[in-house]
Amino acid sequence: MTAPESNKEAEAPRIPGRLLAEPFAITGRKVISWINNLGASTIFLSLAFVRIFRPKQISKVIEQLYTIGAGSMLIIMLVGLFTGMVLGLQSYHALVKFGSQGALGTLVALSLIRELGPVLTAIMITARAGSAITAEIGSQRISEQIDALSTMHIDPLRYLISPRIAAAIISFPLLTALFDVVGIIGGYISGVLLLGVNAGTYMYRVQSSVDMKDITDGFIKAMVFAVIVTTVCCYQGYYANLRTDSHGARAIGRATTTAVVLSCVLVLVADYIVTAILI
Amino acid sequence: MTTPLIEFKDVSKRFGKKAVLEHINLQIFEREVTTIIGLSGSGKTVLLKHIIGMIKPDEGTILFRGKPLAEIRRRDLPMSYMFQGNALFDSMNVYDNIALPLRETTNLRSPEIKHRVMTRIEQTELTDAINKYPSEISGGMQKRVALARALVMDPQIVLFDEPTTGQDPIRKNAILGMIAQYQREVGFTAILVSHEIPDVYFISNRILALYGGSIIFQGTPEEFEDFDHPFKREVIHSLEGLQKELTGLHSRRQFKLRYRDQLSGGAIGETYAVAVFSLEELDTVAARLGHEAAQEAITSLGVYIDKHFGPIGGFSTRHSQNEYVTVLPAMDQAEAEAILGGFINDFQTQEQAILDIWSAAQGRSGSEECVALTMLAGLAQGKPSQELETVIDLAKHQQKVIARIRCISRGEDR
Repeated sequence: MTAPESNKEAEAPRIPGRLLAEPFAITGRKVISWINNLGASTIFLSLAFVRIFRPKQISKVIEQLYTIGAGSMLIIMLVGLFTGMVLGLQSYHALVKFGSQGALGTLVALSLIRELGPVLTAIMITARAGSAITAEIGSQRISEQIDALSTMHIDPLRYLISPRIAAAIISFPLLTALFDVVGIIGGYISGVLLLGVNAGTYMYRVQSSVDMKDITDGFIKAMVFAVIVTTVCCYQGYYANLRTDSHGARAIGRATTTAVVLSCVLVLVADYIVTAILI
Repeated sequence: MTTPLIEFKDVSKRFGKKAVLEHINLQIFEREVTTIIGLSGSGKTVLLKHIIGMIKPDEGTILFRGKPLAEIRRRDLPMSYMFQGNALFDSMNVYDNIALPLRETTNLRSPEIKHRVMTRIEQTELTDAINKYPSEISGGMQKRVALARALVMDPQIVLFDEPTTGQDPIRKNAILGMIAQYQREVGFTAILVSHEIPDVYFISNRILALYGGSIIFQGTPEEFEDFDHPFKREVIHSLEGLQKELTGLHSRRQFKLRYRDQLSGGAIGETYAVAVFSLEELDTVAARLGHEAAQEAITSLGVYIDKHFGPIGGFSTRHSQNEYVTVLPAMDQAEAEAILGGFINDFQTQEQAILDIWSAAQGRSGSEECVALTMLAGLAQGKPSQELETVIDLAKHQQKVIARIRCISRGEDR
């Protein structure tokens, strides 16, 4: 037997084993990478959060409040209005079968304040402001502006990330409240003005069914989502240069896509977890 | 022995499988201009980023004033960095870009910040672009904004990553002149990465040559001229050829080679003459009319000297930032004095000569201001047995004023 033949025989049994192990290896690598990113983003958030309270932050937080908060008001009102109207419409036709259309106000208000308001607000802000945050920070990373900050002894986390996290924590609950109010008005328009539910009953049900806990729970969710969305969007942009799947402008594009998708998924996952804790 | 400001000891850096820096040992001294030269992609920027702490070495130690750099907080490093790609904030205008480090890292009040920023803006001739965004100004202006931002904090050490890339020849030298002037005035330590050979020699105290991931030379520009290595053949000679095309003058190395050729071939004669021309008070011109105007004056003078002495067999080089040397082969003192006298006479009587030199500068600056400037010339006779540098020194000692421009404002007395 020649030496090469001997090698072939020795290699032959290893191939099926390697093939079998490969899916586990890929899964393992993915899980390790995911855990690494989770740890890194937690550290990223902690460092940025601490820097919110450093000097010279107020003007930057106000600027971000305008971009993330005030800039998103119109879209939040629009989405809130139609969500409330659709909710009123669907709920009316369901309730009328049981002769309970008087409970429309309760259903609309609780659905919006407990669930739909915080979740849809977070998703809309992710789409509008979160994607812009990732693209802007990613572009600053690729063009060495973040490195320039470091060389000027300006902490990039303090300068770029902390104001956005602070602004999001402030503006998410306020925008959620706006969404809830406009949504209830939307439910009123479709339920009362278009479908004939008694106006007094609708408003009384809204007032009597909603208690303070519903509102505070909704605000807690909004703040949790604010932290998730800004951390994910800022993190993806900040480390856009470390992506292994792309470089340059394409890396910014992919980072933005990842940020939006991941934020939306994490908002829904967090919604379940927070609800389970608060309920 | 003086402790180096920055010292690399066996520093290596790899990116994946590619070794960019291998066992780098170098020294950079305080208040000097050190220039790192090397081929594109040879790791010059990586080396510079190690100094400012943006990249950590895989092996070896970097010392800052004898203390490991890794043990020093970055904010305690009195350094500023000018990026190759400028790294300007595209959402801020020119003023805000320059003011940013002052606003974020100091407690200065707005009027003081404005004063400091405006000083830099005027020095870098950016007054017209103050409210413009980086995307609205040329690449050259962006470079100057980056330079102004790097200098606005009055740092002790400034790292320049190819500060003249993308500039025309006049602006390249103007920026180098600006760096040299600030370095003299403020006394900071400048570390440059540059391809502008040989112009960069005039402002550098030390040259570091990076080749194949290693430092193959560190020493003075004069020592580098005598350094023999394949690197010089690959890079320096081709760049010097380009320089000759731009100015018509020899590089210092080519000048010395031509002198040696003439010496060995006997063309230099039994005696030869050396003339040294220099411009004084260039800093005043730079301060009042701008660095480009000063640079234009130097370049125009070089062209005029070459035009005058080239046809009679003379060959010239720029010897230092404001100094030209011309060798007149096979000429005794009397002949040389007559030729120099003719040059001076031409220079003083030919309006065109003065206009060539000063009007271009005035035109560049767009200023109506009057600036005094003095031109000196000196002559010495040399023999083949003497060292050329000795004869040049003798000529320098013989220098006297040949022209004094009282005012170079448009339409005024020259």
